[in-house]
Amino acid sequence: MAFDTATATAWITAAEAAVKADEARLTGLDAAIGDGDHGANMARGLSAALTNIAEKAPTTPGDVLVSAGRGIVAKTGGASGPLYGSAFRRAGKALGDAASVEAPELGAALEAALTAIKELGGANEGDKTMIDALAPAVAAFQAIAADGGPIAMAAAAAADAAEQGLAATIPLQARKGRASYLGPRSVGHEDPGAASTTLILRALAEVTA
Amino acid sequence: MKKLINSPDSVIADALRGMAAAHPSLAVDLENRVVSRAGGATQGKVGLVSGGGSGHEPLHGGYVGYGMLDAAAPGEVYTSPVPDQILAATKAADGGAGVLHIVKNYTGDVLNFRMAAELADDDDIRVVSVVTNDDAAVEDSTYTAGRRGVGGTVFVEKIAGAAAEEGADLDTVAGIATHVNEVTRSFAIALHAGTVPAAGKPGFDLADDEVELGVGIHGEPGRERGSMAPVHDLVGYSLDVIHADRPLSGDLLVMLNGQGGTPLIELYGAFAEAAAWIEGHGARVARSLVGNYITSLDQQGFSISVLALDDDLLRLWDAPVATPALRWGR
Repeated sequence: MAFDTATATAWITAAEAAVKADEARLTGLDAAIGDGDHGANMARGLSAALTNIAEKAPTTPGDVLVSAGRGIVAKTGGASGPLYGSAFRRAGKALGDAASVEAPELGAALEAALTAIKELGGANEGDKTMIDALAPAVAAFQAIAADGGPIAMAAAAAADAAEQGLAATIPLQARKGRASYLGPRSVGHEDPGAASTTLILRALAEVTA
Repeated sequence: MKKLINSPDSVIADALRGMAAAHPSLAVDLENRVVSRAGGATQGKVGLVSGGGSGHEPLHGGYVGYGMLDAAAPGEVYTSPVPDQILAATKAADGGAGVLHIVKNYTGDVLNFRMAAELADDDDIRVVSVVTNDDAAVEDSTYTAGRRGVGGTVFVEKIAGAAAEEGADLDTVAGIATHVNEVTRSFAIALHAGTVPAAGKPGFDLADDEVELGVGIHGEPGRERGSMAPVHDLVGYSLDVIHADRPLSGDLLVMLNGQGGTPLIELYGAFAEAAAWIEGHGARVARSLVGNYITSLDQQGFSISVLALDDDLLRLWDAPVATPALRWGR
């Protein structure tokens, strides 16, 4: 299936539901190595994304993602607000005015989201951040898209790669974000940002399956 | 969890309504969540804006008033404010001479203030940002997000605010704020974590014989865990860390700050130890603050912030101030 306005809206709707369902787990991960507000912030941000989509009634998948990003920036706060907000906005802009896109375009949009997060946050792979889930996911998505695979297969591979990336954050020592203040004590915990990124990518796999 | 609240969702709105009711000198915009001076921006004066997560009261809304801030943007508990909110505060503070953003060094605060500064630029308001990072507990290296902005932020807001009130221009006020941050160091120890209302339980668990050394202001754990000890030892440890980072000498401004859940009787006991330590190391307490100035909800513990004074800084510190939380000389 192609990625159109309805699919994009379904993605954000599913992501919001997934984050709400796992809000306590995200908060628990954040309490261990941060300040314990990631679950509440992501739930608030994605609710705001849905509200903004409902208000703007976007007519292209790109506009859906831009509207989601603006809603997130306006209501989330913390580092997650600007980072996720910019990620969705840049992904949406990368899709342009197309009414519907295929796997290569969606892969390029996910890469634009990754670039936005890297530029704004200054983090790279291995710093124990959301990038550790998103970067391998983007690579997996694009590999399948490049072979002519459908969105469903690419998105499923991306979600799997994100989950592996998330698990790989456990032994890492944080070098960015609030967990970095703990130094070696940040080792042994999943990164909460990588966990929320994984939920959002799994939601994409579910709505495109 | 027992808290004096209606519900976790209404904590900030309720507190802002209370500030508005208690302090006629403040204008509280409940919709945008901005606290500013009731009389509006002072024309021709550099405006000072700060903000950050809530839960650190009286920071920042309690420091809005003559001689300190023009506006403050309180975010959700322990979460930075959002760009539109900071923009609204910036507009409320703009008297035509530009606006200084005083930002504590946390990734979220820095990112949201940066986005707000870009929005202000679109509205032709000149903004300069100063990021405070006075926490001696964190190594500033490529392996961390840098040192945190903590108690020294109070000194920056007071002294830069006095300079702005004297008529200094934006670059001068920003330069003074930067200098204050550079000559200030802080260190904190927690005895019991605070509880975020929405989380319902303490941010970390400490046994009766444990303390958290080098905590930040958000209940995030510190750099290591230590053994509970008499206040003499805890204060000595803190000042040893600060002294090793930036040797203390001459006239000092010393703030012995409570984290929200420590009674004043204990803070005074801690200050006695701090004063004795400082005198024993050949320096002098020239000015002091003892009390709750930058808190972490109901966290038990203290922080010490020390600023090396010179004549200019002393004059600006002593200059009149009239805010809900700091008030003298006027």
